[in-house]
Amino acid sequence: MHREAKLGLILLLTPFLLWLSLLIVIPHIDLLLVSLRERVGVGQYEISLGNYFTFFTEPLYMVTFLRTAVMSIFATILTLLIGFPVAYYIAKMAKGRAQSALFLLCLVPFWVSELVRTFGWMILLRETGIISNLLQSVGLASGPVEMLYNDAAIMVGLVYTSMLFMVVPLITTLESLSDEVVEAGYDLGGNGFSVLREIIIPHAMPGIVSGSIVVFMLCLGNYLTPTMLGGKESLWFTELIYSQFIVRFNWELGAAFGFLLLILSSVIVWGMLRLTGQSLEKTMG
Amino acid sequence: MIPSIPQSRFVTTAYTAYVVLFFIFLALPLIVVAAFAFNDSQFPSLPWEGFTWNWFFGSERPMIGAFHERSILRAIGTSVFVAFCVSALSMVVGLSNAFLFNRYKFRGQSILYVFMLLPLVIPGIVLGISILVASSRLANGLWDGFQWDVEALRPGLWLVILGQFSFITTIATLVIGARLQKFDKTLEEAALNLGAGRLTAIRTVTLPYLAPAMIGAFVVAFLMSFENFNTTLMLVGSDAPLTIAMFDRLKEGSTPLLNAVSLLLMLGSSLLALVMIAFQKKG
Amino acid sequence: MTPDLQCTNLTKKFGETTAVDNVSFSVPAGSFFSILGPSGCGKTTIMRMIAGFLEPSSGDIQIKGNSVLNVPPNKRHVNMVFQHLALFPMMNIADNIGYGLRRAGMHKKDIGFKVDEALERIGLPGIGHRRVDELSGGQKQRVAIARCMVLEPDVLLLDEPLGALDLKLREHMKVELKTLQAAFDTTFVYITHDQSEALVMSDNIAVMNAGRFEQVGSAQDLYYRPDTAFVAGFVGDSNRWSGKVVKQDGNNTLVQTTSGLTLRGATQGRSLSQGDTVDAFVRPEAIRIAHNAEDLASFDNQISGTVTSILFNGAASRVMVRDTEGHEEVAVNLPQSGEFANLTKGAPVHIGWASDQANCFSAGAS
Repeated sequence: MHREAKLGLILLLTPFLLWLSLLIVIPHIDLLLVSLRERVGVGQYEISLGNYFTFFTEPLYMVTFLRTAVMSIFATILTLLIGFPVAYYIAKMAKGRAQSALFLLCLVPFWVSELVRTFGWMILLRETGIISNLLQSVGLASGPVEMLYNDAAIMVGLVYTSMLFMVVPLITTLESLSDEVVEAGYDLGGNGFSVLREIIIPHAMPGIVSGSIVVFMLCLGNYLTPTMLGGKESLWFTELIYSQFIVRFNWELGAAFGFLLLILSSVIVWGMLRLTGQSLEKTMG
Repeated sequence: MIPSIPQSRFVTTAYTAYVVLFFIFLALPLIVVAAFAFNDSQFPSLPWEGFTWNWFFGSERPMIGAFHERSILRAIGTSVFVAFCVSALSMVVGLSNAFLFNRYKFRGQSILYVFMLLPLVIPGIVLGISILVASSRLANGLWDGFQWDVEALRPGLWLVILGQFSFITTIATLVIGARLQKFDKTLEEAALNLGAGRLTAIRTVTLPYLAPAMIGAFVVAFLMSFENFNTTLMLVGSDAPLTIAMFDRLKEGSTPLLNAVSLLLMLGSSLLALVMIAFQKKG
Repeated sequence: MTPDLQCTNLTKKFGETTAVDNVSFSVPAGSFFSILGPSGCGKTTIMRMIAGFLEPSSGDIQIKGNSVLNVPPNKRHVNMVFQHLALFPMMNIADNIGYGLRRAGMHKKDIGFKVDEALERIGLPGIGHRRVDELSGGQKQRVAIARCMVLEPDVLLLDEPLGALDLKLREHMKVELKTLQAAFDTTFVYITHDQSEALVMSDNIAVMNAGRFEQVGSAQDLYYRPDTAFVAGFVGDSNRWSGKVVKQDGNNTLVQTTSGLTLRGATQGRSLSQGDTVDAFVRPEAIRIAHNAEDLASFDNQISGTVTSILFNGAASRVMVRDTEGHEEVAVNLPQSGEFANLTKGAPVHIGWASDQANCFSAGAS
C-alpha cells in the first residue's frame, strides 16, 4: 500500500513539475537572464544592468510605467465601486430565479472575446459612433464628438473588461453572509452605513481582495484595450514591451520591461495581501 | 439592506435603477456589435442603411460575408485547433494536479500549491515573452550545438498552444479541484469495500463524479483559449488565430464583416456555455 | 401597569396564505412568555413582526404602551437572539457585545466597562478578546444574550436559540436561560417547537397552530386543562382515540372508539351530545397498571389485557398493553416503585383510569 501510494505520488508529481518548470519557472529565469545582458557586438553579449539603467534614465519609459500602474489602480477601485452594489444586489436582494438569471446575465459579456467587447466600445464612442450621433440628434453637440483615444475611453474599456472578475468573487462571498447577521446588525441599533462598514464589508473582504488582485493584474497586463481605445498616445507599458520585442527586435530591453512589469504586479499583489491579512491560497484557491 | 429591512421607496427605486443601468452598460457594446452586422453599409456605424444578410452570406465584392471570407474561415479553424489542444492538455494535467493536491500530503506541498497559482498573477504578455525567449534560446542552442532546426520552437501554433496551456492549466486545476474537494471519500472506500481495486474505484466512482467538472474545465479552457489575446500576440507566427486575425483587420479599419464574425462568436460561446451549464446541472 | 408587549388583532398575509390570523396577546413586564407550535405555524412570523423585519398586514404591536408599527427595527427597544445566534464572525467577543453600544454612541471607555460587566454577568469574564469560533455552543449562546442585554431592551425576543445545541447542553441551557431572565429582570418572548423548553422556562405559554393561538396559559393549564384537542395532542404524550358519543350525561361521556373499545371520559364543560364524533385523550401517566383487577376498583375505566411491548427508558419507561378483545393498544407509564421491573412481554395485566383523566373533544374542532 505504501509503495503504491508513493508510485501514485510520483506519477502525479511528474506532469505537474514538468509543466511548472518548463512553462513557468525556466522561461522566467531565461527572461531574467536575457534582461541582464547587453549586446556589445554581433552575437556578442555581456552581463550588465544596462537595460534597467536605460529604463530608469529614459523619462518616457518611467512615465509610461508609472502611468500604467496608477491607471490600473484607479480602474481597479472604479470597478470595485461600480461592481459592489450590483454584486450585493444579486447576492442579497434578488431571490430565487431572478438571482440566478441576473448572475448569468453578468457572465454573458465575458463569454465573448475581449476583442469583440472593445470593438463594441469603438462603435459606440468614435467620432461617427452611436453616442456622438445621439448627442447631435438631441442637440447637445453641434458637430461630431470624438470620445475615443483618451484616458476616459481607456478607463471605460478597462472597467468593462474587468467587471466579471470583480463581481463573481464578490457575489460568492456576499452570498455566504447570512441574512440573520445583517438583521442582527439592525436589531442592535445599526443603520445602513454602520452595517455596511462593520458587517458587510469585513465579511466581503476576501472577495474584495481576490477580485481586486485579478482586476489589477488584468488591467496592468492589458494590451488590447489601451491600444484600441487609447490610440497612439495611450502610453501603456505592455505596448512598450510589444514594440521592443516585435517591432524593434530589442529583446534584451523588452525582457527587462517584462520583468519590471512582473515585479510591479507582484509587489502590489503582495502588498494588498499583506495589508488585508489574506493569503494567495485563500483568495485564489 | 436586505428585503426584510424596511427601506424608503426612494432608496429602493434608486438602487433598482442603478442595477438596471449597470446591465444596460454591460449589454450595450454587445448589442451594438450585433446590430451593425446587419447594416447594409461599408462601415459599422450610423447612418443605418437598411437590413442585409450580406455580411454573413455575401459572396461578391465589396460585401464578402463571413462564410465566404477565406482568411477568416482559416483563422477560425486555427483557433479551434489551438483551443482543442489546449483544453485537452489542460484538462488532463488539471485532473492530475487536482488529485496531487487533494489526495496526497508531501513535503513542500503548500509551496508548490502557491507555485501552481502563480500563473494567475503573471500578466499574460509576460508569460508570452518568457516562453518566447526560452524557446528561442533553446532553438538557438540546438542549432548551434547540433545543427538541428526545430520548427516547433519558433513562433507559431505550437508555441501559442504551450503559452496558453501554461496558465489555463491553473484554471482547470482549480475547477476540478473544487469538485474533488467536495467528494465524499467514503464513497471510494465503499467501492474498495465492495471489492474494487484502487484504480477501479477511482475509475468507476470518482471520475464519474468529477465528470461535470472536467467538462466544465474543458469548456472554460476552450473559451479562454479561443479569446486569448495577450499571450497569443507574443507567440503567434504566420498562422494567426481568430482574435489576432481580427485585431489586424481592425487596425486597418473595420467593416461590418467583423461585426458578423463577432456575432457568430457570441452565438458560439453562448452555445458552449449553455452546454456546460446543462452538464453542471446534471452533475 | 402597561404590559411590556401587547399585540392586538395581529394578522400577516403572504399573498393568499394567512400566516398569522388575528392574534392578540399581552406580556406583562418581567415575565417569560413562550409561543409554542409546530414548524410553519406562524410563530416566527410573529416574532419577526415584533422585531420589525416584517410588516403586519393589520393589527397593532405596542411596546410599553406605544405602537411601534412605523418604527424601523434599529429604533425599536426590542432585541433578538437569532436562531443561529448571528454573532458577527468578523469581530471578537467584546466587539460583538459592544456593537449596539457603539451604535448608541456611547463613550469608548463606558463601552469597555459595560462589556466587562456583561461578560461577568454571563459567567465568562476575560474572554472579550477571543474570536467567535473559539467559543463552545453554550458560550456563544450566552454571548448572544449578553449582546442584547447590554442595550437594556424592553423585550428580548428569542427565536429557538437552543435548536442547534446537543441534547445535554440544551437541558442545561433551559435552566440557565431561566436564571438569566430572572437576573436581568427583562421580559423574554421565546418561540420554540420544543414543548419541554416552553414548559420548563415559561410563566405563560401560547400554543399556536395554523396561524392562531389555541390556548394561552401556564404550563400546568396547558398540560392538565387543555382547551382544544390540538393542545391536548401537542403538549405532552397522550393515547388518542377517535370515536362516537354513546351517552352524554353532564360532564360524563361514554365513548365508543372506532375499533370498538368503550370508555368513560369527561368534557370539562365543553358541550357534546350523543352521536357526536369525538377525540378522547388519556395521558400514559394517568393510567394505573396492576397485577390484580381488584387494585383498580376505584377507577371507572378498567381494562384487562396483555403486554405487547416494553419500552424501557429509565424513569420514562412505558409498556404497550392490548386489551383482551384486541381493540386497541394503550401506552401506560410504569410506576417507578420497582413493582413491575420483571414485567415481560405477553404478561397479563390490568389497567385503569379515572374518567376525569380522559379528555373528550368534539372532532373536527381542530
